[in-house]
Amino acid sequence: MENTNTKVDLSVNIAGVTFQNPVMTASGTFGSGMEYSDFVDLNRLGAVVTKGVSNVPWEGNPTPRVTEVTGGMLNAIGLQNPGVEVFVERDLKFLENYKTRVIVNVCGHTEDEYLAVVERLQDEKRVDMLEINVSCPNVKQGAMAFGVDPKALYDITRKIRAVAKQPVIMKLTPNVTSIRETAKAAEDGGADAVSLINTITGMKIDVERQKFVLANKTGGMSGPAIHPVAVRMVYEAAQTVQIPIIGMGGISTWQDAVEMMLAGASAIAVGAENFHNPNATMEVLSGIEDYARRHHVAHISDIVGAVHQ
Amino acid sequence: MKAKHTTTVQSCQRLAEGVYDLRLVYETDPGEVLPGQFVGVYSKDSARRLPRPISIAGYDPKGKVLRLVFRVVGAGTEEFSHLKAGDQVDVLGILGNRYDLPALSGKKVLLLGGGIGAPPMLCLAKALHSLPGTEVTAVLGYRTNDLFLADEFEEVSKVVIATDDGTAGFHGNVVEAVRAQNLPADVICACGPLPMLRGVKALAEERRVPCFLSLEERMACGVGACLGCVTKTTKVDAHSHVKNARICTEGPVFNAEDVEI
Repeated sequence: MENTNTKVDLSVNIAGVTFQNPVMTASGTFGSGMEYSDFVDLNRLGAVVTKGVSNVPWEGNPTPRVTEVTGGMLNAIGLQNPGVEVFVERDLKFLENYKTRVIVNVCGHTEDEYLAVVERLQDEKRVDMLEINVSCPNVKQGAMAFGVDPKALYDITRKIRAVAKQPVIMKLTPNVTSIRETAKAAEDGGADAVSLINTITGMKIDVERQKFVLANKTGGMSGPAIHPVAVRMVYEAAQTVQIPIIGMGGISTWQDAVEMMLAGASAIAVGAENFHNPNATMEVLSGIEDYARRHHVAHISDIVGAVHQ
Repeated sequence: MKAKHTTTVQSCQRLAEGVYDLRLVYETDPGEVLPGQFVGVYSKDSARRLPRPISIAGYDPKGKVLRLVFRVVGAGTEEFSHLKAGDQVDVLGILGNRYDLPALSGKKVLLLGGGIGAPPMLCLAKALHSLPGTEVTAVLGYRTNDLFLADEFEEVSKVVIATDDGTAGFHGNVVEAVRAQNLPADVICACGPLPMLRGVKALAEERRVPCFLSLEERMACGVGACLGCVTKTTKVDAHSHVKNARICTEGPVFNAEDVEI
């Protein structure tokens, strides 16, 4: 008989920050939590990872911005956001009502724009960590340009690390030849952690109209179809760097989440699945807990990278 | 409060070529349902992840029966067209804002429904019918003489039919029909394809009457988180702080003056 009453320690530690459990929301799929607070008790999340915020408001791309593809979707939102001042006044204030950790995703076109946001957030107590978005494929200037070039990634990581008061996570793009190289560049630049993967660049053409479905022509693919790519990349990054990894990409079930942790992720994030199942984070969380009980895992962090042994 | 509900199909009937009338029974009360709102309907195929936004054609609070009239436009709606009584369907919502009924009460209201834009206008026409002193004229545009829902509009409003091929009613679109017949209006409400809505907006500007439009766009989350379904706005939007508003949340009903379409 299995003892189903065993208390499982679900907490994880990333760069000195303790999270009550490893389940986070992927940036851009959850707003700042407000829109999903009807569905999910935000207090139960390991962390809310907010939608990318820039120094000034960004309009984003023209529509259509989203379309479904088999087993997932493409998006080209283009990081529309109200800018850091509104974000601090409204979104951070809202999150003060919850005991979950807050990771703020930061975006910019230039190094100075990233640094402006990081500086503005320096003394905001509600910000537990920063996630630097050097991987959005939908912005013409900046963003992914920093994430595909190891030298540029190293440089911007150093500059941000020098200014940030919170631990810094560099969010990596899968649109590279070697995730090992970019993960290493982030680590060498002083990143406290890396998160991966952002979306995979894709395209959809309307065959009847013979036109692109998305106004931006290309979009970032997310959803269950990309999960195996994400697992492989988390595994390779875990082989290469010592800093913690937050794993994401197509997680739709607790099995996907556990798989990601076994590949080397200290925590995981649920992204596009929130659109399919607004309660997905909570179902993943309880699934992870049940799994730990069944496998007699006292601390969930014990399974991180288990396949590497 | 927004929620993902499990519903049971009461019936699914073909109304016209590619147009279906789906009745879904909620197990738990979805809360107040008002004209202009929509739901997200989920596919059973695990490869199709996103809810399909479909406007509400009617709701019976006694039996908790939601009525959706939709056109088959892709694999998801094709699947819904084959639903049978007793099937279970997951539905997100009730979502979106609504038409401001007090603002329409006691007025001469012109409802313009183009094609599959007619169903939400039926929901609105029925609600306005019960408001004293409110005169409703529905102008319904169709491709052919396959005049789905027109008979139901006739029970609650005056009806003018326009067809693209001239096989029934006025030969032309709804805006041309309004102009040709010089139909009076204190206020205009419309749902239909974007070119039609542009024409309606221009018409309302010429006549200097208030105008409310139901907009649609490809959506992902349906609840305001992903910013996929925005429309351009004339002023900086209070939520986004840029000239974009979320159709799923600030809309789908917009004052025509506030949007650039």
